[in-house]
Order: sequence, then C-alpha cells, then structure tokens
Amino acid sequence: MAVSGAPYRLRSAGDLPRRSPLAGLGAAYEHMWLIYRRTWRGSIFGSFVQPVLFLLAMGVGLGTYVDTASPDALGGVPYIQWLAPALLVSTVMQGSVFEATFPVLGGFNWDRRYHGMYATPLTPFAIAFGQLGWVVTRALMVASIFAFVILLFGAAATPGIVLAIPVAMLTALAFAGPVAAFMSTQRDTAAFNSIWRFGVTPLFLFSGTFFPIDRLPDFLQPIAWVLPLWHGVDLARALALGTVGQQPLLHLAHLVILLAGAIVGLVATYVMFKRKLER
Amino acid sequence: MTALLAAQRVLPIGLGGRRAWLLIERNLFVYRSGWLVLLSGFFEPLFYLLSIGFGIGGMVGDVPGPNGELIPYAVFVAPALLATASMNGAIAESTFNVFFKLNYAKTYDAVLSTPMAPGDVALGEIGWAVIRSSLYAIGFMVVILVMQLVQSPWAVFAIPAAMLMSFAFAAVGMAATTFMRSWQDFDLINIVIMPLFLFSGTFFPITSYPPALQLVVALTPLYQGVDLLRSLILGHIDATLLFHVVYLVVMGLAGLAVVARRLDRLLLK
Amino acid sequence: MTPDESPTPLIHARGLTKKFGEFTAVDAVDFDVASGESFGFLGPNGAGKTSTMRMVGCVSPVTAGTLRILGLDPNVDGPRIRGRLGVVPQQDTLDTELSVRDNLVIYARYFGMSHAEARTKADALLEFVQLAERAKDKVEPLSGGMKRRLTIARALINDPSILLLDEPTTGLDPQARHLLWDRLYRLKQQGVTLVLTTHYMDEAEQLCDRLVVMDKARIVAEGSPLQLIERYSTREVTELRFAVGVQETLDGQLEGLGERIERLPDRVLVYSNDGEAAAAAANQRGLRPETVLVRRSSLEDVFLRLTGRSLVD
Repeated sequence: MAVSGAPYRLRSAGDLPRRSPLAGLGAAYEHMWLIYRRTWRGSIFGSFVQPVLFLLAMGVGLGTYVDTASPDALGGVPYIQWLAPALLVSTVMQGSVFEATFPVLGGFNWDRRYHGMYATPLTPFAIAFGQLGWVVTRALMVASIFAFVILLFGAAATPGIVLAIPVAMLTALAFAGPVAAFMSTQRDTAAFNSIWRFGVTPLFLFSGTFFPIDRLPDFLQPIAWVLPLWHGVDLARALALGTVGQQPLLHLAHLVILLAGAIVGLVATYVMFKRKLER
Repeated sequence: MTALLAAQRVLPIGLGGRRAWLLIERNLFVYRSGWLVLLSGFFEPLFYLLSIGFGIGGMVGDVPGPNGELIPYAVFVAPALLATASMNGAIAESTFNVFFKLNYAKTYDAVLSTPMAPGDVALGEIGWAVIRSSLYAIGFMVVILVMQLVQSPWAVFAIPAAMLMSFAFAAVGMAATTFMRSWQDFDLINIVIMPLFLFSGTFFPITSYPPALQLVVALTPLYQGVDLLRSLILGHIDATLLFHVVYLVVMGLAGLAVVARRLDRLLLK
Repeated sequence: MTPDESPTPLIHARGLTKKFGEFTAVDAVDFDVASGESFGFLGPNGAGKTSTMRMVGCVSPVTAGTLRILGLDPNVDGPRIRGRLGVVPQQDTLDTELSVRDNLVIYARYFGMSHAEARTKADALLEFVQLAERAKDKVEPLSGGMKRRLTIARALINDPSILLLDEPTTGLDPQARHLLWDRLYRLKQQGVTLVLTTHYMDEAEQLCDRLVVMDKARIVAEGSPLQLIERYSTREVTELRFAVGVQETLDGQLEGLGERIERLPDRVLVYSNDGEAAAAAANQRGLRPETVLVRRSSLEDVFLRLTGRSLVD
C-alpha cells in the first residue's frame, strides 16, 4: 500500500470557528438515522405488525363479545373504535421506553458512543436532545402507520384518529425523558427488567387502554392520574371519538400533565447527561 | 428396552446428560441473588388476569367453555394465561437466555472446559425451564384457587400439564436457537410466538373463527396447552386431552432430537 | 495554511487541579506544550494522567488553576476548542452499530463538515490507517489493533491542531503496536502536535520529544527522554539476579559497585557509567549471580529513581 503521510492539513492555531449548538444537535440526530438505516428491519415486527395483531385479537376477536354482551358499556361505541386510539398510544409508549433504554445504556456503558460524541464540539445538550428527538421521530413513525392501519380497518370513529399521533408523540416524550435520565445512572439492564415487569406492563394493562379505569377498584384509580399513560390514552381516545367537547377541562388537564411530563423529562435527561459526561 | 436404546441414540442423554443437574444448580446460584427477576415472572400472568380477566371480563360476560357451556370470562381466560405464561417462560429461557450465555456471557465456554458435555447443557437448560415454570404454575394455581376460578379437583393435574408444556416449548426453543446467527433472527421467534399468544383460543373461543380456521388453530402447539389446562381446571375430561398430551410429548422429543443433532454446532464452535 | 509560529504554547497549564469530592486526582501541575511538539505523560495507573488528559480534552471541568488550550479557556469555550482537537481515549468509543466508514462520516458531521467532504476525508483516512478493505464491515469483529487505528483515523477527521492519545497501545500485541507507532511517527513528522499518556517506557522514548513523569497526582520530573536519563540515572545498568534467598544474605557486599544500588525483589540493579566494569567488580568480590545483564539505562530507571518503585506494581 502506497501510504506515505496522513491526509492531514496543518491549520493555524488561531483557526477556531464558532458553531451554534443547534448545528451539533442536527448531527447527533443524524447519527440516530444512520443507525436506524442499518437496523430498521429488526424493528418492523415489533413496531408495526405486533400492534396490528393486538388490534385484531382484542378489538375484533374479544371486541365482538364485548359489543354483544354490553352494547352500552362504552357510550354506544364499538369496542374496536374505543380501543384503537388507546392501543396506538400504549404501543408508542412501550416503544419509547425501549428507545430510551438500550441506546442510553449503550451510549454510556457498552460502546460508550456518547463519550465519543462529547470529545467533539457536541455539547451534552446536543447529545441528550438528539437522542430524545429520535425517540419522538420513532413515535411519529409508529403512530402514523398505526393510524393508517386503523383507518384501513375501518376502526376509526372519526378522522380525529389522526390527532392521536401528536398525543402519542407527546406521551412518548413524557415517558422517554424520565426513563433516559434514569438509565444514564445505570450500568446494566437489571433495573430495566423491573421497570418493564412492574412499570410498563401494568401501565399497559391498567391505564384505561383495554377497559375504562372506573372499572378498577376505587383505591387504584388515583394512580392513573399520577402516571402519564392514562392521560395520553384518554386524550387520544376523546380526540378520535370526537368527545373532547364533553369534558373540556379534563382533556385540557390531560394535555397540561403530558406537557409537564415531557418538559420534566427533557430537563431531567439534559441534567443527567451533563452530569454523567462532565466528570 | 430396544426402544430405550434407540431413544438414547437420538437424544442428548447419550451425550452425557447425567451432569445436567449441575447446570441447573448453576442457574439456582445465579437466581439466588436475582430472585426479584425470578419472582417477577409470576406477576405477569397475574397482571393479565386482573386486567383482561376482570377488567375487560366485566364487559364480556359469559363465553362458551370447552364443552360449549357458558362460563364467566375470568374462568375462561385464567387457564389460558397459565398456558401462555408457561410457553413464554420456556421460550425466553431456552432462546434469549441461552443465546446470550452462548455468545456474550460465554457461560458455556467455561462449562464445557470441565467434564460437562453439550448434552448436559441442553438438558440442564431445558430442565431449568421446566422447574421454573412449575414454580409459576403452582403460584398461579394457588391464586386462581383463592379467586374461585377453579371448578374441579382435576385441576391439580394442571401443574404437571404446565410442566409438560414448558418442556415441549423449551426443547423446540432450544432447537430453534441452534439455528440462530444473530439477534435479528430472534424477530422470527416473536413472529411465531405473538400470533400464538393472541389467537390460540387464549382470549376468545376459537368458535369465533370460520370452521376451516378453527381446525388450523386446533393444530397449533399453544392451543394444545390452552385446551388441556382449561379442560383440567374446569373438570372437563375427555379423549382429546390424551391427544394434547401426546402432541406435546412428541413436540418436546422432536425438539430434543434436533438439539442432539445440532448441539456441537451450537456449543462447540 | 501555515502553522502558527508564535511562541504562545498550544497548551498552557499552571496549578492545574482536579478533585473528585475529597480525592485529588491532579494536584497543581504546571506544563506547556508547544506547537509541533510531541509531549508525553508518563506514570503508573492512578497517577492522574487520564484526569489531566480529560481536562485538556475539555470534557472534565477544571477544579482549580489555569488551563489554556489554543489560547482559550476550556470552561468557557469547551465546544470551540474540541472542534480543533483529536481524541484517542483510553477505551474505544466507536459506534458498534455502524460500519467502519460510517463511524468516520458521522464523526466528521459533528465537526460541521459536509457529507461530501466527510466521505472523501473518511476514505483517505481509512487508506492511511490501512483499513480501506474493512470500510463496509461492522466495528465489532475488528481486532484490537484495528479498532485502535480506526479510533486514530476518527481523531484525525477534523485536521486537529492537537492529537490527544490516552494509552494508545495498551493491550495491543507487539506487531499492532509497531504499526501504530509508525502511523503516529508519520503524523509527528507532518507537524501534528501529539500529547500522549503511557506507562510503557519504550513508547515514551520512541514518540516523545519531551515528557513529564507523574506520580501521586503530581509532576515529579520533566525533560526529554535523554535529559531525564542523564539527570536521574547513569549511562549503563548492570542487572544481577541471584538464586532465591541469596540476595538477603548480601548485606554490605554490594556497596560501591556503582554510583547507586537499587535492590528489587527479584534482582539487584547497579547504576554506573561502565556496566561491564561493575560486573567484573562483583565477580572479584566473589558474588556469584545466576545471571548478569549489562544494558543501557532507560526511562524505567528514571521512573524507579523518582518514585522508588518499579512500574510493575
């Protein structure tokens, strides 16, 4: 191999260009796209096919029994129409927890990608928000395809199902932020397994996705208020069924709580990433 | 006797399965510190039972049971959740965990540098999956007994039946793992398991399907376990249960035979 | 296009200190690195080398003292300075989910290069570190030496004014080390300013124009490898290895064999300007070592003298 010198251009020591932190954010986000371009095949079943199967089994299979046995239980809405927007938000929530777990653990501990990024002009701000920006992008992708499938199934009560997409993105951020912040303190997946088993799975099952939360025992209902999934589920459902006007204050509260969760998550992730990188 | 010898030739016992117990002991050591993970496996079917069985169940009302009589939805779904938990546990243990130990933790490299043989590893891991699932089965049976979802003394046989199921699925899962090259391949497992989980008469009766489809579903592996456990727990005993048992035994032995043939490929790379 | 010839050092540290809670990792060190220089931090594990490097790399806030890199303060202009640095960290930070080439391309993007620029530069650098054939492969199956070379290529993507290398060859086999040294030597000849840490004496002697020896968070000596050897050692060293148990019985018999005697657990080092003469003197005194080795003095001896212990512990 005819290599003599390095492809290196000696620059003046005073050549110190300034760049805006937003330029770094774009590059950090681009990094996630580059990874996705190599790994997207692996995510197809989990993000797109699996939710559709759930919609079929629960919405159509079990839904038929619900509609026959209790036609008025859900305000006269067929079970599948009632379930679909909620399942969309719940599915996106689960995906966002994943996207805030393994990339963060890997970035700090496995291939230590974040440390490599921080050795460049990138700031903790760019690294943290590039990661969360990607989570929201994935939420947009999964939610859009899911919404399209729901429309295709004729499982949408109104075109309002489209509005479930931004609600799902907001819910994703409200979950991914705190999870990413927490995961930055972890060294392995041990805690994640507990989060999944005792956090995500119960939320998925008890946050009003499959049945109204007023069917939960009274003492459990306040918990739904504390955890963000119910807010996302209930808001998306109201938008999809066109019933927002019936309880405007409740739905406004959902939105405010989701926004608060998202902001807290963003700030927490930024603070934790900064602390972890600057040692 | 000759049948036994023939079986020994095909199955990993011939490779020295007697030390398999040592691998089970190793797994017990691991979970002595990670008991929370072990315990958490018990909560998953319980959460599903509370949510699907009682939450949605209240809106579903009664559904047709194994012999067509109407039963409350929670009674219908509880045995199916035990069956799916046995399947999921066995598959997770024999595929993801084995693959991880094989390629990342390098657990077996150390194990195989001792008198332990590949057959010990295979039987040990499958045995461990069966032991684990029997623990969950006992716990779950106690819970549904307390919730009065058990309708017959035949239900005690649900525990060995759940163990049989996890044997069958763990053997086939391990056989599948011998063909896995990367994590990407595990999507294939999900692609098989997820539809089984949702459509094997677990959450709604298979009488909802058109007759042709009913027949197809009735031949899938999870349905054998679901119907077997449901019939035992409800005390509905007939000849089809024998078919389910034979099906699961054959499935497990077939899985073991494949594992025996491909073990070296899996463990002695 | 011409390098800055001004006498202002590229790195200027005075009283530089790093504390983690109560623990002082770097204790008030002073040093300067001039443009085009190859500068080394030598010392055992835990001496404070990596902490110093991380402060210079602008990824670890300075606890106290002054640090100026390219004339700027890292606490104020961290990202701007990092834009002109190339970093080879102790542990690789390559993205294992991307191909070899994409690792370089995305890194170039972090420095604000266009896609076209990034690709051209990535390919040229892969050629330089002899990884062009592996461009499309994933990172994981690469050998340790290849990963290290890829990390060096990545650190060069922005034509850095300073290349920081934290233990660049630790854990590599001899062949991989020599290949890496060769590439670094070429860079040095092209005028790249190198700052490296190592606990290998031969590496420091090969690559460094000037170095500091660190021990227990402080700088204990500074100079070129030759200067340090002249100052803290003699020209030659005679190593005497005795049978087990014999060394303990030699009290009083070793004095005066050389300028200085160092007794290690496994052998005795005699420092003198004529090693053969020292060996002959030992023989005359009736000492019968199992083996005798006369060698040129090295940085290892400097280190032993300065810290009172060998690098092995």
